[in-house]
Amino acid sequence: MIDVLLITFIITLFYIAIANRMLTYLKVLAFQGVLLFVVVFIQLNEINPVNLALILLETIVFKSVAVPLFMAYVLKRNNITREAEPYLPNFVSLIITTLIVVVTILLANGVKDDHLEKIFFVVALSSLFTGLYFIATRRKIITHVIGYLIIENGVFVLSLAVGNEMPMLVNLGIMLDIFASVLILGIFLNKIGDVFKDVDVDQLSSLKDY
Amino acid sequence: MIGIYLIGALSIALALFLNRNKIVSFVLLGFFLILQGALTFHAYFNFHSTEWSYFTYDSLAILLLGTLFIISIPAVIHSHIYLEDQPAPPDARAIYYGAIVLLLTAISAGYLSNHIAVTWIFTEITTLSASALIYHHRNKLALEGTWKYVFICAISITFVFIGILFLSLSLEHAGSDDLSFKNLLSNSARLNPFWLKLSFLFIFTGFTAKLGLVPMFTAGIDAKDKAPAPAGALLSSVLMNLGFVGIFRFYIVVANTPLHHWANLVIGIAAFLSVFVATVYMIKVKNIKRMMAYSSIEHMGLVMLGVAAGGIGYYAAILHIILHALVKSGMFFQFTQLYRVFQNKSIYHVGNYFKYNTAGAMVLLLGFISVTAMPPSGMFVSEFLIFRSLFEAHQIVLLVIVLILLTMIIWAFGKNIMKILFVPPVGFDDSHVPVISPWESSTQFFLFALAVYLGLNPPAEFVQLIKESVMLLPI
Repeated sequence: MIDVLLITFIITLFYIAIANRMLTYLKVLAFQGVLLFVVVFIQLNEINPVNLALILLETIVFKSVAVPLFMAYVLKRNNITREAEPYLPNFVSLIITTLIVVVTILLANGVKDDHLEKIFFVVALSSLFTGLYFIATRRKIITHVIGYLIIENGVFVLSLAVGNEMPMLVNLGIMLDIFASVLILGIFLNKIGDVFKDVDVDQLSSLKDY
Repeated sequence: MIGIYLIGALSIALALFLNRNKIVSFVLLGFFLILQGALTFHAYFNFHSTEWSYFTYDSLAILLLGTLFIISIPAVIHSHIYLEDQPAPPDARAIYYGAIVLLLTAISAGYLSNHIAVTWIFTEITTLSASALIYHHRNKLALEGTWKYVFICAISITFVFIGILFLSLSLEHAGSDDLSFKNLLSNSARLNPFWLKLSFLFIFTGFTAKLGLVPMFTAGIDAKDKAPAPAGALLSSVLMNLGFVGIFRFYIVVANTPLHHWANLVIGIAAFLSVFVATVYMIKVKNIKRMMAYSSIEHMGLVMLGVAAGGIGYYAAILHIILHALVKSGMFFQFTQLYRVFQNKSIYHVGNYFKYNTAGAMVLLLGFISVTAMPPSGMFVSEFLIFRSLFEAHQIVLLVIVLILLTMIIWAFGKNIMKILFVPPVGFDDSHVPVISPWESSTQFFLFALAVYLGLNPPAEFVQLIKESVMLLPI
């Protein structure tokens, strides 16, 4: 069951590589949040109620509802165009994402470890590198944030892999997630929308050495 | 004591944040400095004791806490001068003071923590407080700097977290789940090497954002450029030391495993590239603050070269980060005066500084001599020891290349400093130049003098502390 869910997670990465519209990205993020919640529910066998509430808050409330809604609000308020405007065509993106997944699978096959289920490792590393790739090839600042959120989701999956032995690390991961996302989204996306009218990374190039 | 310190400092930060009255904020800042001093002395007199199970007063922490305390006093004084000279709205002022206190608190706690996750948490808090400082001017450029800093630091902090997750996997093979440095060290023989390698790569990459090494150094440069100079002084001295602590404490663990040579290789490559990148930018750079920031990158590269070379290099590395923190913060404090005279930070519009502010010009000249490690400077000793360690590690080619790069840096740095000091600026109207009291430069002279003293004639106790902090490393 977990395998099916995690493979669905990887499929969302492919989908995001070929998607064109900003709202699609947000929907995929929300869907990933739901997937993560179900994975948590199955994976962590002994969760106490407090922890469960925290994880529920993180995956459902925060990842699937609050962040996408807030981003949709930002998109609307700043009149950001609906197109994602990647630097590379979607076809290339798809090939690169596939390559990333294949390479991580090959890497994971080299690992001999009974403490870790390989699929967690594959999903985590692929979403890490897909997120980084996403940041590098998209023009809008808000897509950089989406790339960061994909990385965060991957890290969350990885923290679940060790979650049964060290539940503290899952909580730390949640803390990181909420803290960093609130810092990035809450404070600055608002401000950036006010100061830079069309939010584009090309405008963030005035800090120079001379 | 750590409990009193954290609660006290956080409530002072909160009070400063809410308060709008100048006199009250002086009193609060005074209290904070007293608290900081008390923590430093308490740490010194309770050497090796552990409090709250996550904070240990060990030798490295004591050395860096002392450095932080010494730098925090002029930082508060110069922040006051800065805010008097460039009046900010009361709320910006309140946020500035609150963020300074929060930053210093988080850094101190990060130095003291003996658990990798706790170090990580406090590093995260420094990102928050530093971003408030960078955004102080609330204009477009400040926003750009803040955004880049926050985004890159968020990614780096995620990298560190991934590293911690891999480390926990590695530790499971040793049948333990306590991620404190002490436990990691005692289990170092049984850590799984594959996960440990991945973990080291991620943790190292993550902390380079704070330390200022390749690959994540860029964020720090923009941050130091846009933050007010007294805050920039903290970012380029004590905050960099926090990045060093994060890497160094974990490096001690890795060095006691068979991966020692591999880790040295990783650190050595990143360090050499940092010196190289710093050289390239130093030759081109025309913004004085960014020039000083790139010089910090160069010094951190040298420090990590010392660590990678091993032997006497460990001692030299610790000595070098302490001296660098003292000297570089002095240079940044001086920058506020320079800006008040010329209202510009481009080399083209600045010059003949001796005519307008003799004491300040002396500081810049002495700072240049100190920072480029010319003989009377204390950093000469530490840099010389780093070179010696490279020589002893049989890295002659690397040593020669680094020396050539350093010569180019000294040339570029010297060219710019001489222009600032002696060459008259073009089209500068000097009828409105403010008179600057020489007393404002006194703290910088003190910091430089301290760096000379600690370098040339270190007290026995100081040497002992440094030796003890590198004691756990294999020769």
